[in-house]
Amino acid sequence: MTHPTGRGRAARLLPALAAIALVPSLAACVDNAPSTDATGTAGAPSSLTVDSSADACTLSATTAPSGNLVFTVTNSGSDVTEFYLLADDGLRIVAEVENIGPGLSRDLVTVAKPGDYFTACKPGMVGDGIRAPFTVTDSGADVAPTGELAEQIAVATTGYVAYIKDQTEQLLSGTEAFVDAYKAGDDDEARTLYAPTRVHWERIEPVAESFGDLDPRMDLREADLADGEKWTGWHLLEKDLWQPDAAANGGEEYVPLTDTERTKHADQLLADTQELFDRTHSDEFAAEITADFIGNGAKGLLDEVATGKVTGEEEIWSHTDLWDFQANVDGARVAYDGLRDVVVSKDATLAEDLDARFTELQGLLDQHRDGDAFVLYTELDDAQVKELSVAVDALSEPLSRLTAAVVL
Amino acid sequence: MTDDTEPQPEGEPTSSLSRRGLLGLAGAGLATVGLGGLGGYAVAGGRAAGSASTAAPAGRTYAFTGAHQAGIVTPAQDRLHFAAFDVTTTSRTALETLLRRWTYAADRMVRGLPAGDLGPSSGPYDAPPDDTGEADGLPPSGLTITFGFGPSLFVDADGRDRFGLADRRPALLKDLPHFPGDTLDPARTGGDLCIQACADDPQVAVHAVRNLSRLAFGTAAIRWSQLGYGRTSSTSTAQTTPRNLFGFKDGTANIMAEDTAELDTHVWVSPDDDPAASWLAGGSYLVARRIRMTIETWDRAPLREQETLVGRTKGSGAPLSGGEEHTDPDFTMTGRGGAPLIDPASHVAMAHPRNNGGVRMLRRGYNYTDGSDGLGRLDAGLFFIAFVRDPATQYVPMQTAMARGDLLSEYLRHTGSGLFAVPPGVPDGARLSPTDGAFVGEQLFA
Repeated sequence: MTHPTGRGRAARLLPALAAIALVPSLAACVDNAPSTDATGTAGAPSSLTVDSSADACTLSATTAPSGNLVFTVTNSGSDVTEFYLLADDGLRIVAEVENIGPGLSRDLVTVAKPGDYFTACKPGMVGDGIRAPFTVTDSGADVAPTGELAEQIAVATTGYVAYIKDQTEQLLSGTEAFVDAYKAGDDDEARTLYAPTRVHWERIEPVAESFGDLDPRMDLREADLADGEKWTGWHLLEKDLWQPDAAANGGEEYVPLTDTERTKHADQLLADTQELFDRTHSDEFAAEITADFIGNGAKGLLDEVATGKVTGEEEIWSHTDLWDFQANVDGARVAYDGLRDVVVSKDATLAEDLDARFTELQGLLDQHRDGDAFVLYTELDDAQVKELSVAVDALSEPLSRLTAAVVL
Repeated sequence: MTDDTEPQPEGEPTSSLSRRGLLGLAGAGLATVGLGGLGGYAVAGGRAAGSASTAAPAGRTYAFTGAHQAGIVTPAQDRLHFAAFDVTTTSRTALETLLRRWTYAADRMVRGLPAGDLGPSSGPYDAPPDDTGEADGLPPSGLTITFGFGPSLFVDADGRDRFGLADRRPALLKDLPHFPGDTLDPARTGGDLCIQACADDPQVAVHAVRNLSRLAFGTAAIRWSQLGYGRTSSTSTAQTTPRNLFGFKDGTANIMAEDTAELDTHVWVSPDDDPAASWLAGGSYLVARRIRMTIETWDRAPLREQETLVGRTKGSGAPLSGGEEHTDPDFTMTGRGGAPLIDPASHVAMAHPRNNGGVRMLRRGYNYTDGSDGLGRLDAGLFFIAFVRDPATQYVPMQTAMARGDLLSEYLRHTGSGLFAVPPGVPDGARLSPTDGAFVGEQLFA
């Protein structure tokens, strides 16, 4: 966590439930010589336009060849509209695009098998919408199997919720021990417990970020404080445990926290951790965890690595950034693994790519292990930091396509 | 970019290369033609229809394909983004795939199209756009993208053959020797691959490198890069000679795109030059040098000293032996006391072909300013780029002599360096595709 204001990135992305399937072959379209790409899928997507007005839903064509379809939906009415591609039973949603404001256009990109469908515009977002039959003819293109995607995603979300609960449990018990040692003045013990306890926080950071109030209270860095803002949380205690000299403290002598202050801040951290535990164990929370939350969370974790950990800014006093780094990668890996079956069936190349990139990054991280621990960030030289940064970028780029690949 | 309707910038030549006009039309019509060919249904995509109806050429466009890569004899644009990359993969296939994807995206971007097929503001809502978008709405701006291969692509520092290419490394492609006075920063030196992106709009050049860099994540990573502005040489007789940061006209004696015989002699690699590296035929070598100028001390130099060091007048750029800018310098003419009017150690004398065995280079340098250093001095100078057929005879001896003798060297520090083999172009009409199309440097991997 680095930003004190507003709800985190995970929270902003949470409600998105657009119906989209991105196919790698989409990028293979060749504008001066249409052809097939290496996977045998028709290269160029078929483009259709949809005009959704107050009382009409006009498509540029009522038929298209199987494969990649791009519907560019324009809302020419004055209400918010939606566009659906429905299965032949008129019930099952094959793909949808929602929240198209008046005057706006949005693409619905999907992969369609041959068959009969319905299209529907829903101006005002109410009722059954303005429907019409739509036919997908057999182009001979190889359309990826869809399998039981809904089921796979349900398994993934259930598994991820369980993982979050488990991590918050370990975070809570770890924080109790850390707080006890710190309050008792056993600083050596507290320093030993600091990084291994925070690992459980860092693994689920996007979840914590989705609670806009808890995250800044618990994980704000001193550099993120606005003028006059009160500092609380992990990094305040970190600084008190790894007390800087005056030169490293803006030229001012660091004043250690008093016993009263120690107790106050430690108790607050524990109470906030308990709050995080309670919220993540609620039914409402479990219901909010969707495939796109998990996918975006995985990407968000790597973004955290790229902005805070690989630069050594997160743990500026303890230099335990590599613990956080590993924990963020762990969290992303768990999120991806849960969705991996879905990715494999929808975009096998992306899955291969992600598998390889995770392995590469882990291999690099393992080089900096020191027994059960990691070396301090300050022991890395510039070339090693660059190497890690390049591997993070290499993983982050395909990971940024995870959500689109899995969201139904 | 596809919907672009920007008028032709005033004063720009509309068709100094004949294929420009064709390209504008072709680019606009491609989407509909390509999609229509796939099926019998109507394709009236809004964007495709929009671009078809606004087919007017928008800004200069240079073809990406051709016998030689664009960006060498192309009239020098005003802006540069140069980037050197380290290849991070060990897979030759991954390297070839990268070059294919680069070729495909570069061909699109020089036509003013987004890097990917879907563009910056459309496509799946839950996926990052396949183009970053900052060039959307800007004309092609004469963008050229030129790719090169560094010596370390063939053999690593320990002498290992990285991709099975070692025996195809041109003998001339090796790190430049240490020149007197070099203060090279390793962080601005070398690289396995390079991209030279030139355009009339800096945003277009930066957009190109940014999107190509994005395509490279996992395969190659930027090692260093340099922004440049204010081209410091002319590569066409249609251009006036610009000024460098010393305030002097620079590049007066450059090879011009129109001098085809000179280009064959001095710029393009011939198939016979290096039998082991015949893949480079039609290509060239790119010498890159980041030359910092000690601006503040220069600015304190009297005009007499400045003109003496350069060997030309500051105003018109005429040689001190007289005449106008393009008058041939007369190094034998003497003045009072029998001293030559042009000091033999002046920049113009040291760099002149007659004093360098007749060798010439095609220079394509740019000014750069990277803010100020910790002492409050401008970190500024010349990002020198030259294309030569043989760096060992054309660049090395000249730079060695100049580093030792050129009076101007007192005000110069070479801080970055690179030598790259620039393969020939992708032939006109070749089929491009990110998965199985033709690509820049394909001959090397054949």
